[in-house]
Amino acid sequence: MLIDFFLHLKAKKLPVSTREFLTLLEALKEHVAENSIDDFYFLARTCLVKDETHYDKFDQAFGEYFKGVTHIPGLEADIPEEWLKMLMKKHLTPEEKAKLEKLGWDKLMEEFKKRLEEQKERHAGGSKWIGTGGSSPFGHGGYHPEGIRVGGPSAGNRTAVKVWENREYRNLDDTVELGTRNIKIALRRLRRFAREGAEDELDLDGTITGTARNAGWLDIKMRPERHNKVKVLLFLDIGGSMDDHIKVCEEMFSAAKSEFKHLEYFYFHNCIYDHVWKDNRRRHAERFPLWDVMHKYGEDYKVVIVGDATMSPYEILQPGGSVEYANEEAGAVWLQRMLDTWPRAVWLNPEPERLWDYRHSIEVIRTIFANRMFPLTLAGLERAMRELNK
Amino acid sequence: MRFEGTDTYVATQDLMLAVNAAITLQRPLLIKGEPGTGKTMLAEEVAGALGVPLLQWHIKSTTKAQQGLYEYDAVSRLRDSQLGDEKVKDISNYIVKGVLWQAFEQGKPSVILIDEVDKADIEFPNDLLRELDRMEFHVYETRQTVRAAVRPIVIITSNNEKELPDAFLRRCFFHYIKFPDKETMGRIVDVHFPNLKKDLLREAMEVFFELREVPGMKKKPSTSELIDWLKLLVAEDIPPEALRSKDKKTVVPPLAGALLKNEQDVHLFERLVFMARHNR
Repeated sequence: MLIDFFLHLKAKKLPVSTREFLTLLEALKEHVAENSIDDFYFLARTCLVKDETHYDKFDQAFGEYFKGVTHIPGLEADIPEEWLKMLMKKHLTPEEKAKLEKLGWDKLMEEFKKRLEEQKERHAGGSKWIGTGGSSPFGHGGYHPEGIRVGGPSAGNRTAVKVWENREYRNLDDTVELGTRNIKIALRRLRRFAREGAEDELDLDGTITGTARNAGWLDIKMRPERHNKVKVLLFLDIGGSMDDHIKVCEEMFSAAKSEFKHLEYFYFHNCIYDHVWKDNRRRHAERFPLWDVMHKYGEDYKVVIVGDATMSPYEILQPGGSVEYANEEAGAVWLQRMLDTWPRAVWLNPEPERLWDYRHSIEVIRTIFANRMFPLTLAGLERAMRELNK
Repeated sequence: MRFEGTDTYVATQDLMLAVNAAITLQRPLLIKGEPGTGKTMLAEEVAGALGVPLLQWHIKSTTKAQQGLYEYDAVSRLRDSQLGDEKVKDISNYIVKGVLWQAFEQGKPSVILIDEVDKADIEFPNDLLRELDRMEFHVYETRQTVRAAVRPIVIITSNNEKELPDAFLRRCFFHYIKFPDKETMGRIVDVHFPNLKKDLLREAMEVFFELREVPGMKKKPSTSELIDWLKLLVAEDIPPEALRSKDKKTVVPPLAGALLKNEQDVHLFERLVFMARHNR
């Protein structure tokens, strides 16, 4: 029962497990859901999907699988289209059958509907198809655009269809949206608590052990409090081709700023050379030589570079390749130096991942970064944070 | 036992179904959703509606799974031993029962709320797997096994700050409380302010949903903020007309501080209003 549905979800790359599927069957057995498709939809979702970022995928898969079906096999008698056609022929006179050929399917449905309404009385209770009660597919009033069915006016029906057809959860899908809150949560993966600093907290376990060793005389032990000790250096590409990505970068930046206690940020343009700056308006007046930055921030800093890496390859590979001034050493040399100073480094690229292969400069930087380039989406950010945490 | 919503809590059909699935199959229910959509309230309302006791366990970053079962109060035993108290001879005097233990020994149905499970350490949910699955645990100090006679209803909320382990998720029902649409919101407000003037409500809701649409907002106002704001509007007796001048978007709504909690958002909003005014 419903195994095809389960396999369909699996094929659509939803992380469903057998255990969850069995739970769903158990719930059906216990009649948690009434016999309507939206109850089934909600129940299947609550059993099988454990993350709202998968809701959209589930909606699509569900919609595909149950397209045109308003009743669930197993919960309700399912009515194959063929049977309906047969049944319909029974209801039609030969003349009408002849007319049928000319009329086409849509018109036929109208006819059929009318006919059924006329015959409602006689058939109530008689045939198992045209029974009384709301669940009959031939109940009056409804109309399903896809099927051949004159759908029952079961009350909630529309609402659920609306949910999965509208794909309301689309922007919860983690490959799409990057809101500030989402970024914060992704960045939080990087948090790592450690004890550091002054000893100002009573270490209860230590005290007890110490006291026991002291044969019962109290031996107070103190320890430092736990802090989030992750330190982050953020380098942001600014201007030029990055203008398209300002919004996402701003969000990323504001989220990062409130998330880390030790966060330092610098700007660069296209590629990093011998200096970076902190205030874009005064970029020519107030420069920070990269050497100084490398000396000041130790290797325990994790480095995140945000840039589209879209430029001429010369800007990376050639001395003097910078678009702004004659740089003595090539960008690649500086990038390599950075990686030597800070082994934990990732490059976040706001350009969509599928375009990366078509841009030579992206390829070059990816090689330098040993593939630690990630798209600036929620999923990409999570991958990046996992990489940094290794 | 079935949950059908209460007089003070509006539950959508999908939420009711999830709660009932959890009640019927006796599995934990994991609730996620935007802040302020009534995740914690749900447990209180379920307990109230079913007429069973509610046991709350609020999780902090330092909470350990063991604390929900029991704790061995070694310090007071140590003190008692130095004072030569008789109590010290029986270790069970120093076992402090946690929320799960209390629920397990109720002998009748109860609701356990494990609030903001994502605040705790990443291992926290894993440490509770067996306890929530089998509803039993072993007390090493007294060598006894505590087992639930009647399985409690477990409601777990999460703010999505950490990802929860798969093994844990597989054992739960999951529901994401979507931000209510206008119709549901109307019902929610109705429940909280049954006598609110219709036109005030309509104007207020329009302002509210418009505000949520403002792009670049750091913290979108949520249901609880709307309720607070309405409370203020009612208390200050603000007429509906004041919420909107004829010319849309050119006034900052009164008492907007209840809706916008972030100074950057307030600035952003004021800037938008300012721009709208000058475009006239």
